[in-house]
Amino acid sequence: MNAGSGEYLIEARNLVRMFGARRERVTAVDDVSFGIRQGEVVCLVGESGCGKTTTGKMITGLLKPTSGQVFYAGKSVWTPRGDKGEDFKTYRLGVQIIHQDPYASLNPSHTIYKILSTPLLHHKFVANTYEALDRVIELLNIVGLSPVEDFLYKYPHQLSGGQRQRVSVARALTVNPRVIVADEAVSMVDVSIRVGLLNMMADLKRNLGVTYLFITHDLAVAKFFAWEGRIAVMYVGSIVEFASTPQLINDPLHPYSKALLAAVPEADPELTRSKKRVELRSQDIPSLLALPSGCRFHPRCPYFEPGLCDVKRPELLPVGENRYVACHIAAREAGAPT
Amino acid sequence: MTTQALMPKTGIRYWPGRVLRGIGRFLKLMSRNKTGFAGFLIFIFFVLMTTVGTLFVPEVTKADINAIYAPPTWEHPLGNDSQGKDILSQIVHGGRDILQMALLTGIISTFIGVSLGSLSALIGGGFDAFLSMLADIWLTIPRFPLLAVLATLVKLDNMIYLALLLSVLSWAGLYRSIRAQVFSIKERDYIEAATALDLGMWHIIFSEVLPNMLSYIAISFTFGMTSAIYAQVGLVFLGLVPLTRNWGVMINLAWTQGAIFFKDSIYFIMAPVTAIALFQLSIVWMSRSLEEIFNPRLRTG
Amino acid sequence: MEKQSSVPLTVEDLWVEYQIERGVVKAVRGVSLSLVKGESLALIGESGCGKTTLGVALIRLLVQAARITRGEITYWRDNKGIDVLSLKERELRRFRWRECAMVFQSALNAFNPVLRIWDQILDTSKAHGGMSTSQVRERAMQLLEYVQLDPKRVIDAYPHELSGGMRQRVLLAMSLLLDPQVLILDEPTTALDILTQRTIIDLLRRLKEEIGFAMLFISHDLATAAELADRVATMYAGSIVELGPVDDIFYRPAHPYTLGLIRAVPTVTGEFEALVSIPGAPPDLVDPPPGCKFHPRCPYVTEQCRVEEPQLKTHYSETHSVACFNVQRVQQDTLDLQERYAKYAGGKAS
Repeated sequence: MNAGSGEYLIEARNLVRMFGARRERVTAVDDVSFGIRQGEVVCLVGESGCGKTTTGKMITGLLKPTSGQVFYAGKSVWTPRGDKGEDFKTYRLGVQIIHQDPYASLNPSHTIYKILSTPLLHHKFVANTYEALDRVIELLNIVGLSPVEDFLYKYPHQLSGGQRQRVSVARALTVNPRVIVADEAVSMVDVSIRVGLLNMMADLKRNLGVTYLFITHDLAVAKFFAWEGRIAVMYVGSIVEFASTPQLINDPLHPYSKALLAAVPEADPELTRSKKRVELRSQDIPSLLALPSGCRFHPRCPYFEPGLCDVKRPELLPVGENRYVACHIAAREAGAPT
Repeated sequence: MTTQALMPKTGIRYWPGRVLRGIGRFLKLMSRNKTGFAGFLIFIFFVLMTTVGTLFVPEVTKADINAIYAPPTWEHPLGNDSQGKDILSQIVHGGRDILQMALLTGIISTFIGVSLGSLSALIGGGFDAFLSMLADIWLTIPRFPLLAVLATLVKLDNMIYLALLLSVLSWAGLYRSIRAQVFSIKERDYIEAATALDLGMWHIIFSEVLPNMLSYIAISFTFGMTSAIYAQVGLVFLGLVPLTRNWGVMINLAWTQGAIFFKDSIYFIMAPVTAIALFQLSIVWMSRSLEEIFNPRLRTG
Repeated sequence: MEKQSSVPLTVEDLWVEYQIERGVVKAVRGVSLSLVKGESLALIGESGCGKTTLGVALIRLLVQAARITRGEITYWRDNKGIDVLSLKERELRRFRWRECAMVFQSALNAFNPVLRIWDQILDTSKAHGGMSTSQVRERAMQLLEYVQLDPKRVIDAYPHELSGGMRQRVLLAMSLLLDPQVLILDEPTTALDILTQRTIIDLLRRLKEEIGFAMLFISHDLATAAELADRVATMYAGSIVELGPVDDIFYRPAHPYTLGLIRAVPTVTGEFEALVSIPGAPPDLVDPPPGCKFHPRCPYVTEQCRVEEPQLKTHYSETHSVACFNVQRVQQDTLDLQERYAKYAGGKAS
C-alpha cells in the first residue's frame, strides 16, 4: 500500500483525522478517499463543519492524517511511522494553498514585492534580486494585477479584497506548484469581482496546467469553476456522493445532494420559484460528539428505511462511469452491486 | 518601464541621506499622534538634561547654611534644600541613574519576555507547559517585598545587577502576554502559507511573526521602564540601595528632614516627585506614538 | 401630513456622511424610498455601497462619526407621521422596537453571551414596552414556536448552546415581540449553511405573508433577493441606481450595474453559462468620480456620463425607475434574459 495509483497526481486514501482527546475526541474526517488527475478540478462541497477544510489541509500536508495516506505523484507523503517521506520537499512546494480570508492571508508588515520575492529567493528559483523582480512582475501580470508599478510596493491593506486574493495566488505560484488547494478562495470577495478571479484561476489551469482541489460551500461557484471536473459532496466527515459536475448538479443521487440542490436559492426569480423542495425529516445537523448510528444522514433523510439505514453504514460505491454514491437506497435504485 | 526603474531603493551608497530621511520619517510618524509626540519631546528633554545638562549645571556638594529652604530665585530656579544646596542641580544630576537603569531594565526584560514567550508559543508541548507553570507560580510572588528583602542580602550598588534583578523579577508578566500574542499570530493564514511555502522556522519567527509584534513589544518595553523606575525609586527611598545622587534619595532626604512639617520644603520634596511623575508620563504618552509607528497599516511607504 | 396607511415608512432624499482620517465618506447620497405593508424590498449591492449605513440610518443607529446631513425619514401609523430625525434619545429607544425592528447580520454578536435567552427577551421588552413579565413570557413562547423552535428548550438556553440558524430565528422572534410594522434585516442568511438558509428564507416569507409587515432586507446575494423580494433596489456608491419589481430587475434590468451583477452570478441548476465580470472596482466614496459614479466601469459609457450624474427616472412603468442615460442600449442587451423569462412564463401557462 505504499504506492498510489498512477492515475492520479494527488490522492487521498482512507483519510481519517481526529481532534481533541478522550471523551471530547471527535472524528472530523472519517475515511475519505478520492484522487485528482493532472490538470483536473475536483470540488469539495459541503456545509460548515463537514470536514472539507480539514481534508484540504491534509491534502496540503499542513495537517497530518490520524490514519490513511496522501499520495503525491504516486508516492506516499508520510512514512508508515508518520514522518515526512523522502520526497516531502517536492511535495511541500508542489501543493500550495489559497485561503479564504483575503485580510488574513497576507502578512500586513510586508510589501507585495517582499511577499512574492521571499519564496523565490529562499528556494533559489532566482539568482538575485534583479531576477526576482523580473519574476515578480511576470507573476503579477499572470494574476492580472497590472500595471505592476501600482502594486509592487504597496502593503496588503492598501489593496482591495479581490486584489489581495490575486496576490495570494501569485504567492502560491512563486514555487511552481502542480496542485493548488483553494479553500473558499472566492467566498469573501464581492460578486462583481468574483467571476474575474475565478476566470483568472481557470486560466492558470489552461496555461500552466495547474490541478485544483477547490473547496467551497457555494454550489453555484462549484458548478461554474468545475464544470469540466468533478464534485464530491461531504456530509459530517465523509464523502456521500462523487460525480462529474453536470451529473451531480442536474441529476444528484444522494438524498443529501438532492436536498442541498433543492434548497439553494437561484439568482433567477422564476427558476427559484419553480424549484421542487426536498422535505427533510429534521433540521438538526448531528453533533460530531454524538453521531447517529448507521448512515449519518438517516435522521434527516426522506428515504429513510428503518432496519437498514440506522443499522448499516453505507459505503461509497460505484454506480456507473466515474460516479460514486454512499446511500443504500440510491445505490440499489442505480443497480449497484452490494 | 524597465525592471531597473522598479527596483526597490536599497542602495547603501548615500547612507547619510538615508539616515536623515529615516529620521525625518520617524519624526513625521511620531508627530501623527499629538499626545505621543508631546511625550516624546518631554522624554528627549529628560535625556538631554541628564546627559548634556550635567555639563552646564555644576554639581553642588557644599552646604550653604544661609540658603536653607530658600525660595526660588533666578540663580536657583527651584529653590534650595535643607542644607541650602541648589535643587535644580540635584534634579539634573540625580536623573541619570534612573534613566540608565530604566532603559537597561526595559531592554533586558523585553528580551527575556520576547524570547521566552515566542519560543514557548512556537515550540509548544512540554517546554511551553513547564514555562507557563513557572510563570504562573512566579506571578504569585509579591515582587516589591521580595526585592526589598533581596536588596538587604545582596549589595545592589551596581546598576547592572539591579537592572538584571528587576528584569528577572518581572519576566513572567511579559512572557505571558508575548506568548499569547505569538499564539494568536501563529494561527493566522499567512503563517500557514509560509509553512506551505517551506520558508523555514527562522524566517517565520523573524520575518512573519516578529514584525507584527513590534508595536506590542515597544509598549511592553515602555511598561518595563515605568515599573523599573517605581521599583528603583522605592528601593532608594527605603534606603535599601546605596545610591547617592538620585531623585529617590532626594525624596528620602526631604521626607526624613521633615518635609511634611515645614511648608518651606515644598520645593525640595515636590521637585523630585514632579520629575519622576513627568518622566513616567512622558514614557506612557510616548508609547502611543510608538504603537502607531510600528503599525504597518500606517506605513504607506 | 396624510399618507395611505399601507405605507409605513417613507424616506426622502437621505444623505449620510461620516468622517474618517482621509476625509468625508459620502455613504448614502440622496436616497428616497418607501416601504409597503406586506411587501419586501431587497436592497442589493456590494460591500461598501452604503446599504448597511442606509439600513441603520433608518432607525438612527449610526456610529458616532456618521451623521445624517439631509433628508427626511417618516414612519406612518394611523395616518400620523413620526419624524424620526427629530426624535429625542428616549423616544427613539421606544420607537426602535415598536415601530421598526432591525435584525443584524451576525446573530451571535447580537446576544449577550452570559445571559439566557429569556433574560434577553425580558430586557428588551422592559426597555420598550408596558407588558407584564407573564405576558412577555407567554408572547415569547408563542413567537418562538412560530419561528419553529422548541420554546421550552430555547428560552432557558445560553446563546452559545444554539446553532447559527437557531440564533437567527430567536432574533427574529425577539424582533416581533413588540409588533413592529417595519422589519429591517441586514444580510439575514449570509453566514448560514444552505439548508439552514432555506429554513430562514421560508420562515421570512411566511412572516411577511401572515403578519403583513413591511420588510426591508439588505443583501449582497442576488439569489436571496430573487427568492424573497417583491421589489429590488440596486445600490451603487451610496445611491439607488435602479428600483423595480423583482421580475423587472432580473429579466429586464435597465441599469448597466444591475445587468453586470446578474451576468456575474451563476445559477446552480441548468447548463453551464459563461459569466462576465464587471471590470474595475467600486469607487472610493471619499473622492468619487464625477458624473455617473459607475461610468469608469461601465461598457455603455458616453461623454454625458462623465460629467452629469443621472437621476432616478421611471422607466417601463410607475414602479420601475432607473438612473442611467443609456437605458435603450442596455435594454437591447437583455433580450436573452427576457427570453428566459418568456420561457418560464410560458412553462407556467401550459
